[in-house]
Amino acid sequence: MFFFFLSSGLFLGWSLGANDAANIFGSAVGSRMVKFSVAVVVASIFVVLGAVLQGSGASLTLGKLGSVDAIGGAFTVALCAGFTVFWMTRLKLPVSTSQAIIGAIIGWNFYSGNVTDVVVLGKIVSTWVAGPILGAIFAVLMYKLLKFILAKSKIHLIKLDAHLKYALLIIGGFGAFSLGANNVANVVGVFIPSVPDIQLDFGFFIFDSVQLLFLIGGISIAMGIVTYSKKVMMTVGNDLMKLSAEAALVIVLAHAMVLFIFSSSSLSNAIQSLGLPAIPLVPVSSSQAIVGAIMGIGLLKGGRGIKFNVLGRISVGWITTPVIAGIVSFMSLFFMDNVFKLQVYDTTNTALKSMKSEFNSFPKPTDISVNVNLFQPLLYTIIIILTIVIIVLALKLTNKTLKSKDEESSDISRKYKAQEAFLKTELAKANTENAELEKEIDFKRKEQMSIALNIIQKNRFLEKLRTKIDKIIEKSDTDQVELSKLKKLIVENLSVDKDRQRFNIYINELNRDFYFRLLNRYPNLTENEQRLCALVRLNLSSKDMASILNISTKSVEVNRHRLRKKMHLKREDNLTELISKL
Amino acid sequence: MIKIFKTSKNVILNIDEYFDNIELGILNFKEGVNNYLEGNISEFENNLNIVKKQEEVADAIIRKIENDFYVHSLMPNYSSDILNLLEKTDDIIDKIKDNLSQFDVEDPYFPEDIKNDFARLVSLSVESAENVIPAARVFFTAPSLVKDKLQKVIFYERETEKLAIKIKRTLFKEMPFLKLSEKIHLRYFTLHVEQVAEASKVVAKMLSSLVIKIKM
Repeated sequence: MFFFFLSSGLFLGWSLGANDAANIFGSAVGSRMVKFSVAVVVASIFVVLGAVLQGSGASLTLGKLGSVDAIGGAFTVALCAGFTVFWMTRLKLPVSTSQAIIGAIIGWNFYSGNVTDVVVLGKIVSTWVAGPILGAIFAVLMYKLLKFILAKSKIHLIKLDAHLKYALLIIGGFGAFSLGANNVANVVGVFIPSVPDIQLDFGFFIFDSVQLLFLIGGISIAMGIVTYSKKVMMTVGNDLMKLSAEAALVIVLAHAMVLFIFSSSSLSNAIQSLGLPAIPLVPVSSSQAIVGAIMGIGLLKGGRGIKFNVLGRISVGWITTPVIAGIVSFMSLFFMDNVFKLQVYDTTNTALKSMKSEFNSFPKPTDISVNVNLFQPLLYTIIIILTIVIIVLALKLTNKTLKSKDEESSDISRKYKAQEAFLKTELAKANTENAELEKEIDFKRKEQMSIALNIIQKNRFLEKLRTKIDKIIEKSDTDQVELSKLKKLIVENLSVDKDRQRFNIYINELNRDFYFRLLNRYPNLTENEQRLCALVRLNLSSKDMASILNISTKSVEVNRHRLRKKMHLKREDNLTELISKL
Repeated sequence: MIKIFKTSKNVILNIDEYFDNIELGILNFKEGVNNYLEGNISEFENNLNIVKKQEEVADAIIRKIENDFYVHSLMPNYSSDILNLLEKTDDIIDKIKDNLSQFDVEDPYFPEDIKNDFARLVSLSVESAENVIPAARVFFTAPSLVKDKLQKVIFYERETEKLAIKIKRTLFKEMPFLKLSEKIHLRYFTLHVEQVAEASKVVAKMLSSLVIKIKM
């Protein structure tokens, strides 16, 4: 039956885990600095550890404010706090589980006729204000320190990123520990007076009933983190803290420190031993501590990005949340008491009960009524099996991740290789085309040379023919008129020749660029001089040139001399070399 | 998470190697253009081949860096900006390679009177690029020092622009013996060289905005 009544507290724990995990790992997961699966494992482990090891401090203060002494009352109080949080979140009003549970307890005090301790209430309210302010102060100091260290160390940004990833994980773990320690009181604090006295002996350690309650509360928070925090981390977490990784780290650390300070009884005792006033151990709002830290960073940066309306809404929340929770709690208790006839408070002398509860706020080991003794070997076996399962799962997870990363890398490299192969094919194609073009040019050049040689040979043959005709003319017995006609025809054929025309076309075509460069350098050259240059470029002798141009060798020499003069060449300059370099 | 330190070490080495490549490419560009202007064609071709190889190596390194950034989620908040910065730095060596290839393919004719000015233009443009690489390097270790180095980049870029205008004016107003086509050809080469300084200026602007972003 106790577990049925505890369900309202567990629901509160689940919603707390789902919402507040974003404060710890929101920015890290939202910005992909830390994987969600890793964040969930770390947060769940540390939240349970914090709840079990350090959850008692804040619970004690809640007990002082109002010790809900009937299980029905505890159920109603937790349910009303949970309902208030749910309802106000739906209305998009700033709400904190800590403030809701305080309001609900005060509502119970009013209903049961318990006197609310004003001093304790004052302490609690002062921590609500002090939480965000301390968060801001811690954030400013640590941000300054971190920036100073980073500026001095000159660490490479990528190395810093790797360090920040680990730091976010470690500090997230600390944040989860502090959240569990501070906020588990909200979840199961009201059930402490009604918890059945059970003791579990694990061999190494003994869990008393309160610690078991905290363990269950911690597990409910962890369940909230595992099942529902992803959505909140990806949306609210990211919106709340769109900051650099360094700032996010400092903010999470400042928030964790605030929660730790208000939940660590050892720290409070240490401060007391120094003669200073003790720190009140009170559940404070995780979200408000985070907002305070963000505001601190904002102020440090000259007030940029500070949303003063958020500050105002938080202040309003300090009043509205407990008031609403208190009213809802009062009405629900009335309803439970009178309609369902559920006992919501101990009807014995309330003053005496109050005094008794102060002394017996925690069940003492000597009062144990039920002692469940578990066999050590059985526990050892369970622990060993669990450890093996965890190791195997972790190894599988790591292998799977590495495999998927390798697959991803090999996919990318395959893609690049395919691209490279494609580009190489394109390159080879272009090279083949270039080679073909080169061949064509080479072929044309050879053709040009063969035409030139053909002209030269033909002209030589015609020259010979002309000489022989001259000799025949000298002899008187031949038909001189006919021979003269024949000679004239040969001479005409020497000058106007189809081969020569073809050659000229080729020369012009192949040397277009050459003519362009030549004219750029020597704009005053005539067309004949340009042609002479083209022939010089072919490295032909003066005799061959004379044959092609159908002029005498001497004329070629004279033209070459004129060309040198026009080109302002000195005696030692080589015309052929100069022209071939153009 | 386990391999993150090893990966980050590799990425740091790759980034350093990448910048080394670009710096060498810039030096080879300067040498190459000077060799061309002096008529040392074989040495120019050697410079061109070196720049081509360095550009290929830079491309391969940037692919590796991109892969590591995405697969291992390095600097998730700034990864796109940083990769963009590296890409823009790659534009410098791309421009340099294109420039030298254009010299090789188009074989521009430079009148003697303009050679000195053109060599100075190349030198200024290269100074701008040479100064942006240390700024990019220092961004990764001490972002606050980037601003000091960027001043030089902007200065040399402006000087490049001024000299380019002077060269263009000389070409079009004081060299009537050159053909219009030759003038336009040389104007394009002036623009090409200017583009190296322009690319450096783009990197400098990206760096200054990234520094502000990182400091936020």
